[in-house]
Amino acid sequence: MDGRNEKPIVKAAGLSKIVPLAGNGGTSPLAILQDIDLAVMSGEAVAVVGASGSGKSTLLGLLAGLDTPTSGSVELDGIALFGLDEDGRASLRKRLVGFVFQSFQLLPPLNALENVMLPLELGGDPEAGRKARDMLERVGLAERLRHYPKTLSGGEQQRVALARAFVMRPKLLLADEPTGNLDAGTGAGIIDLIFELNAEHGTTLVLVTHDEALASRCGRTVRLAAGKIQ
Amino acid sequence: MNLALPLRMLARDWRTGELRILALALVIAVASVTSVAFFADRVRQALIRDAHQLLGADLVLAADHPWKTDLRDEIARRGLRFAESTTFISMARHGAAAQLAGVKAVSDGYPLRGRLRTAPALNVPDAPADGVPRSGSVWLDERLAAALGAKADDPIELGEATLRVAAILTLEPDRGASFFNIAPRLLMHRDDLARTGLIQPGSRVWYSLLAAGERDAVDAFEAWVKPRLGRGESLQSLANARPEIRAGLERAQKFIGLTALLAVILAAVAVSLATRRYTRRHLDGYAVMRCMGATQRQLTGLFAGEFVALGVAACALGCLAGYAAQLVISWLVSGIVAAALPQPSALPAAQGFLTGMTLLLGFALPPLLQLKNVPALRVIRRDVGPPKQSAIFAYGLGAAALAALLVWQAGDTKLGLIVLGGFAGGLAAFALVGFGLLHAAAALAGVASVSWRYGLASLRRRARTNTVQIIALSLGLTAILLLTFTRADLLETWRAKTPADAPNRFIVNIQPDQREPVGEFFAASRLPAPTIYPMVRGRYVALNGRPVDVEEFKDRERRLVEREFNLSFMARLPAHNAVAAGTWFGPRELESGALSVEEGIAKSLGWKLGDRLTWQVAGREFTAPITSLRRLDWDSMQVNFFVITPPRLLEGFPASYITSFHLPEAEAGFVSRFAQRFPNLTVIDTSAILRQVQAMMDQVIRAVQFVFLFAIGAGVLVLYAALLATQDERVHEAAVMRALGASRGQVLAAQRAEFLALGLIAGALAAVGATAIGFAIASQVFQFAYHVNHWVWLAGPAAGLACVALNVWAGARAALNHPPIAALREA
Repeated sequence: MDGRNEKPIVKAAGLSKIVPLAGNGGTSPLAILQDIDLAVMSGEAVAVVGASGSGKSTLLGLLAGLDTPTSGSVELDGIALFGLDEDGRASLRKRLVGFVFQSFQLLPPLNALENVMLPLELGGDPEAGRKARDMLERVGLAERLRHYPKTLSGGEQQRVALARAFVMRPKLLLADEPTGNLDAGTGAGIIDLIFELNAEHGTTLVLVTHDEALASRCGRTVRLAAGKIQ
Repeated sequence: MNLALPLRMLARDWRTGELRILALALVIAVASVTSVAFFADRVRQALIRDAHQLLGADLVLAADHPWKTDLRDEIARRGLRFAESTTFISMARHGAAAQLAGVKAVSDGYPLRGRLRTAPALNVPDAPADGVPRSGSVWLDERLAAALGAKADDPIELGEATLRVAAILTLEPDRGASFFNIAPRLLMHRDDLARTGLIQPGSRVWYSLLAAGERDAVDAFEAWVKPRLGRGESLQSLANARPEIRAGLERAQKFIGLTALLAVILAAVAVSLATRRYTRRHLDGYAVMRCMGATQRQLTGLFAGEFVALGVAACALGCLAGYAAQLVISWLVSGIVAAALPQPSALPAAQGFLTGMTLLLGFALPPLLQLKNVPALRVIRRDVGPPKQSAIFAYGLGAAALAALLVWQAGDTKLGLIVLGGFAGGLAAFALVGFGLLHAAAALAGVASVSWRYGLASLRRRARTNTVQIIALSLGLTAILLLTFTRADLLETWRAKTPADAPNRFIVNIQPDQREPVGEFFAASRLPAPTIYPMVRGRYVALNGRPVDVEEFKDRERRLVEREFNLSFMARLPAHNAVAAGTWFGPRELESGALSVEEGIAKSLGWKLGDRLTWQVAGREFTAPITSLRRLDWDSMQVNFFVITPPRLLEGFPASYITSFHLPEAEAGFVSRFAQRFPNLTVIDTSAILRQVQAMMDQVIRAVQFVFLFAIGAGVLVLYAALLATQDERVHEAAVMRALGASRGQVLAAQRAEFLALGLIAGALAAVGATAIGFAIASQVFQFAYHVNHWVWLAGPAAGLACVALNVWAGARAALNHPPIAALREA
């Protein structure tokens, strides 16, 4: 069993994002994404690859409901994302989605443990401390619980970010260039960890990268160029 | 909403020092306001507590003429107890020593409320007194006994009588605060009054009838007597006890209170600067939390809860600090408030909380609520931030709340609005000029070295934040310059206005037949004969045939109209007077009668040239037109009159005479000799009064200076917050410069150039600000021309440079000690 089934956890149909671009003689529309159709099945690992400016991050933002499309729809676990208001989308994210970012996005005033506790606390989980500690131990940072982001190495910061994402047991993990700020060796370690955790938790993975080697470790690769799927 | 998470977030943010400036600004603002409020509250309570004692009765009737006996009968008929006192100023002598005393002659039974306290000698324990001085004896207060060198059983000459010292008066409850009764007290029995021969026609004497008894009987008597009071008669009851004390203290409190508000205004600036920085630093965190699925409402509640918790803690701490500070204020003004003050109530603490929370909600919440608009998308696109909000929208509410607070604290809408308008105008002027000068300084960049060019160009690039820094710095420096240079200049100018040989003694009560002997006495003492002016007391009864209605006047004007005026008559214009309008008496006016009035009082009472005024003197009336307005130099210390007539009009009325003269310090013995020769005459030492007024002013100024420390503390905080506001940017720029190969020296030089310009501009603006305020105070309050102290133009910029030198040192160290790679990664 490879963890897949035939029900899409995320499904985009006719997704377009067009922004007005200020030019010399007024504004002209710029299509960042055009008519994207994409379905990711539960348990699948999909890599979205493409050059800089191809629209990868915009697609990721739309799949998570962080941004709104010009046209088209996204369903998350069968729920139409853009039929919900901003807070409705946020609640859905809390239930289903975990994130890992290129720039880690840890909160500087919070130590490693508090960073991992934060999403649990926002959900009112009374066992936030224990769960966060367990998860940090799992990513190998048992000795670094009280360390602040600025005293952690890049690899360690990304481990904290992974712990923060997986502690919520998300159905879908969205990773935006998770190794982009790391050297090759450290990056490889992080990727191994992502796939291990993904397997352990039965999470669906959508990974945005421009690294072909990394993309090849995913079950499927979607190529974007100039806002379109190739 | 659950408070646990906001409190945890507060603890986490506090740990990293993010919120310390904000908290400190709140603590300073609250401490500043509560210190003054606590002090005011204690004074208010003391006034209520001591109202009976302050009055010496339940009700006091006071008049500038003796009371008719039927009033005494009425008081007795109603079953009330009563006593009488007669108060006037006269010279008391003991051997060769003479001293002006506030004489109070009292009947048995005085005071009806409270007790007098006496001691057998100076500096020995006192005890409640039994009754009042017996006939033939006097009680001297400590000051008078010391000045005369008198002890128990010594003879004291008062007018034509010789009385024996029986005790030292240590407490006179209805005396009131020490400042308002300048002359030291001599207490005597009323039966001895006639023997002194001091009560003459035209003497300034105050007659009081005291009554006390059952509450209902007192109230009924008050209702009965009120409509029957005539001109020059007034009633003091618990409700209006000692209005002069109350008014004096209220004015002092208002002044100190406004100073406290300066700290609040500065704190508001610090709060908004600190919150702006906090918000900018939390944009990412907010976006991440949105990403994690937190709703807007949840996050708004989280941040609001965190800030409100911080506000409550800061306000509580501020209240404690305010309580401690009011102890210092009470101690500083202990000369004005003689009695021990009761403990303050909790109300000022509530006032402090209100101030603190208004600052927080008005100035921290708007930028904080902007976080709400940070899109979650920022986690993948860093250029996405909250939509720009207009400053008016963001701070409009806070500014309005602060304005309301200011007007409330000032206790006077007009005064509050003037201060507010002045502050807003000054702020706008500082901002405009600062912004312009920044651009002008940046224009110099073309002619400088690389580092300087870069530094000066930063002035323009960061024009907005730099303008905020300039405003903060100039406000703080203005306050300091004002307290050092301007205040000293004002006092010096004021003192210089009174020439060294200006009169320093007044002689009042000179009887017509004493004019010549007085002149001869001066000649015999080899002193120049002073000009002796006649003084006739008269009431102002009608204007152009229409009777004067006291009800139409308020405050000072009303007191003027109610009392008797000192009118004088003379044919020639006194040397220190100038005619401002109309003409001085000519032959026709000298014959037919006319009035020359002082222009200030004419303005107050609505008199114009040509108006016909009717006066009542000794039961007879006369009417004359105003033919000239005179301008007086009040600081000349000469004898001055509001109203002068030609001799013909007033010659026939009973008059007393008055004069002023300069007594050289070496001639101090003259006063004793003079008092011996003319026992009924009173020599008033105005230099002593002046010194006492100055001593009182010094106390208030010290209290104001102390409260100003809060304002300066808040100013420093604003400065620090303003520096921090650009520090992240500076650190990043320094890192880029270092990465591109700039030496530490070059980075420092660039920052130095920027700060040098900032310091100079702020210092120059502060010098202008302090000078402008000095001008305003001189012309509006003291009414004299103010001469600018040129040192202020050097001191202002120098102080500005000193401030920024510290900042360069601290700020640049932070920038240089930060590894460039870390700064670049964080960006």
